[in-house]
Amino acid sequence: MITLGDYLVVSAILFAIGFAGVMLRRNLIVILMSLELMLNAANLSLVAFSRFRVGANGLPDYKAQVFVFFVITVAAAEVAVGLALLVALYRARQTTDVKDISSLKF
Amino acid sequence: MSPFLFWIFAVLTVIFGAAVVLNRNPVASALSLVVSFLGLSALFMSLDAFFVGIIQVLVYAGAVMVLFLFIIMLLDIRAEERRRINWLATAGGIGVAVILLIQIWVVIGHFQPARRTFPPLARHVLSGAEGSTTDDVWNIGQLLFNNYNLPFQIIGVLVLVATIGVVILSRREPR
Repeated sequence: MITLGDYLVVSAILFAIGFAGVMLRRNLIVILMSLELMLNAANLSLVAFSRFRVGANGLPDYKAQVFVFFVITVAAAEVAVGLALLVALYRARQTTDVKDISSLKF
Repeated sequence: MSPFLFWIFAVLTVIFGAAVVLNRNPVASALSLVVSFLGLSALFMSLDAFFVGIIQVLVYAGAVMVLFLFIIMLLDIRAEERRRINWLATAGGIGVAVILLIQIWVVIGHFQPARRTFPPLARHVLSGAEGSTTDDVWNIGQLLFNNYNLPFQIIGVLVLVATIGVVILSRREPR
């Protein structure tokens, strides 16, 4: 049988993949995609806990799913703003490579 | 859901998630991300979260991915040329990710409820009769508009602000 831990492990692996993408890739657009992966890994564990915590009425705990709804909305807004920043950056510098954008680097 | 289907979709999600990071071409990365999100949506549905699964397909595989592909093609981003790889930074990045994974793994290993299977839903829920799980849109809506009405409105304002911000950011500056 599938346990709660199986879902949590899949979620952890997805989060680690997204984290590695943010650390390793230089292309800003791929970094944004990796951020999406990390947000979705968090969503998976939220939904797994929601299904795990069945209430007295025999229904899953829907609070976590409401939270997932909020996370998805914020993630969509974040992608839109991030991509607009990317377009503005490309107009100014003609690059999407984070190695070429080091003015704020300490 | 049968364990067989769970493992198929879990492996699909993880493999294509890895392909997002490993692919050199951004278009291939974006398309891998679509497949990964579809696998994730199947996992949501296996947890009886049909509303979240559908939203995942509509918002991510639909809207967000079109946005990514549109920007990639608008800016005509090519595959990254091979630069000299900074081995120290690469090893550091992979090392930190692996340490994070091991840490979460150990925490899950010590977490007692993680070894339990999911409790069954109520009988009337499973039979598809009155108030079945397909009613989870109704249930989430009740919770959203009764208990979480203020956060819901704040999210609406956030999306409005994001829309205005995007328009202002991508406007060509007058000279």
